[in-house]
Amino acid sequence: MKEYFKIAWRNLWRNRRRTFITIASVLFAIFLVLIMRSMQIGTYDYMVESAVRNSTGYIQVHGKGYWEDKSLDNSLIYNEELEEKIRNTPNVSSIVPRLESFALVSYGVQTKGIAVIGTVADLEDKASGLQNRLVKGNYLSENQKGVLIPEGLADYLKVDIGDSIVLLGQGYHGVTAASLSEVTGIVRFLQPDMNNQLLYMDLQQAQEFYAAPGHLTSVSIMLENPGRLYQTTKSLSDIDPDNLEVMTWKEMLVELLQYIEGDNISGLFMLGILYVVVGFGILGTILMMTMERRKEFGIMVAVGMKRYKLSLIILIESVVIGILGVLAGILLSMPFIVYFYHHPIQLTGEWAEAVMEYNMEPILPFAMEPGFILNQGIVVLIITLLASIYPFLVISRLKVVNAIKGK
Amino acid sequence: MGIIITKDLRKIYSETKVPVYALNGVSVTIEEGEFTSIVGPSGSGKTTLLNMIGGLDNPTEGEVHINGVNVTTLPSGKLIDFRLHHIGFVFQSYNLIPVLTARENVEFIMQLQGVPKKERAARAIELLESVGLSDKIDNRPGDMSGGQQQRVSVARALASKPRFILADEPTANLDSKSTAELLDIMLKMNEKHKTTFIFSTHDQRVMERARRIITIEDGVVAKDEF
Repeated sequence: MKEYFKIAWRNLWRNRRRTFITIASVLFAIFLVLIMRSMQIGTYDYMVESAVRNSTGYIQVHGKGYWEDKSLDNSLIYNEELEEKIRNTPNVSSIVPRLESFALVSYGVQTKGIAVIGTVADLEDKASGLQNRLVKGNYLSENQKGVLIPEGLADYLKVDIGDSIVLLGQGYHGVTAASLSEVTGIVRFLQPDMNNQLLYMDLQQAQEFYAAPGHLTSVSIMLENPGRLYQTTKSLSDIDPDNLEVMTWKEMLVELLQYIEGDNISGLFMLGILYVVVGFGILGTILMMTMERRKEFGIMVAVGMKRYKLSLIILIESVVIGILGVLAGILLSMPFIVYFYHHPIQLTGEWAEAVMEYNMEPILPFAMEPGFILNQGIVVLIITLLASIYPFLVISRLKVVNAIKGK
Repeated sequence: MGIIITKDLRKIYSETKVPVYALNGVSVTIEEGEFTSIVGPSGSGKTTLLNMIGGLDNPTEGEVHINGVNVTTLPSGKLIDFRLHHIGFVFQSYNLIPVLTARENVEFIMQLQGVPKKERAARAIELLESVGLSDKIDNRPGDMSGGQQQRVSVARALASKPRFILADEPTANLDSKSTAELLDIMLKMNEKHKTTFIFSTHDQRVMERARRIITIEDGVVAKDEF
């Protein structure tokens, strides 16, 4: 076997230029594929991550029927025992209890319908980094009156820190919810929906406002290992199956998931086209190499080399070219991937606006997962192996006399 | 009994409207230790006959027996093995493996035979010395002259300890000096080791040294002179 490797290796360097061109074609293919795929997967991960962090969590626990009918009447009763059980479930890293509903907010002559989120300040910050979005005033603090509103809403209402806004809504079991709340902080979201139609207040304040003490509409759960989503969901579902419903982000963010799946298919289609181009590039080289060496193959079979051993040499040559190209491609693309993983591309102009309309921040983050890098390498290697079928066919059908004559 | 016996060999090419008889009933017997030239004008069928004897081509009719084995009936895989162990080849254009050195080219055949590394290395050096190439052992074919390459191919052909060596116009690309040197080497091998050599040639210099000349004309044996 060592001898065959030696022959294959030397054959590769017989025509250095051709070998370098083939390796370069694999290299650039891998480079393009990895950069493209890293950006695509990074964007998907980011979309899921931001949706999960800002709203749903990886898993949510609701009162039974809440997801179908998002009414406070379907909220769950939250107590220390339930909190303990959720926190002690394996793989749960943190939880954010929330009470969410709708209200009209009014200041002066301006009124707007908004979503009110009652939350626990430090837990919310830990999950979604809300405090980092503060641009004016103070962040929420536990059991303190005052609300946090986004910049867009503040501009619409023409309010500033210290101003009092009127909130009017419907509370638990239809009671009227009304309050006068001081704006204590202003936050900035890049997503237009969030920047215009949200209001945060302390959980206890929200429970009082909606006359629903001890009630929550959801407990958002973050996980240590999102890969164990379904096992954790199953464990949480067993806590109180009669009164609680447990949903994964995939069930709650169906539109997002469908968008990702649709976009992923178009991405895979592009990858497929790239693979076909690469495949033909490699096939072209192997074809030339085979035609050039027909006479040599004929001689080797004539002097007693079994055809399968000859095919093995060609296979080794193809695999070595493939591996060198793949490794070089990975080495070339890694600095870019690592850099853009830590410093996502900031989008500007119309592109940024278009992205923000989808409730996303205008950045293009890259993913850095060994899995997809390895997968692309394996795919290109498989393409190389498929391209090697041609010389196998030539060798198996080789008429020795004709080959020696160069026919 | 001869080590090579051909019985009524025919090779008919039917690709054209009029069939071409490259061989039209050739029966020859070659004994061990012969130094035989197969001669004839271009297109007479001498290379075709050599290819049939070497199992590189199949006859349309007839049989080739080597050491009592009818090689015309051997399946492809067994035929390759048979060639490896019984027949040495010297080609007109040397046809060495370009990426291997002289020693590695000679060793290659033994490696295919499964000869242990030490043994084959020693034999390769011995063979290259016997063809006068002790100073070119680590040269690749591209770094050697035509005559030197042809001498390597003789060493390669001898490496497998074959029953006979088939040489298709081995001197066609060589100058007089290289031809004389090559013939000396082959005659020495023939005399010393009783290796059977069969050439196809129209080189007068080869014919002069041959002990038997089989003349082929229009696919039949026209003369057989000892």
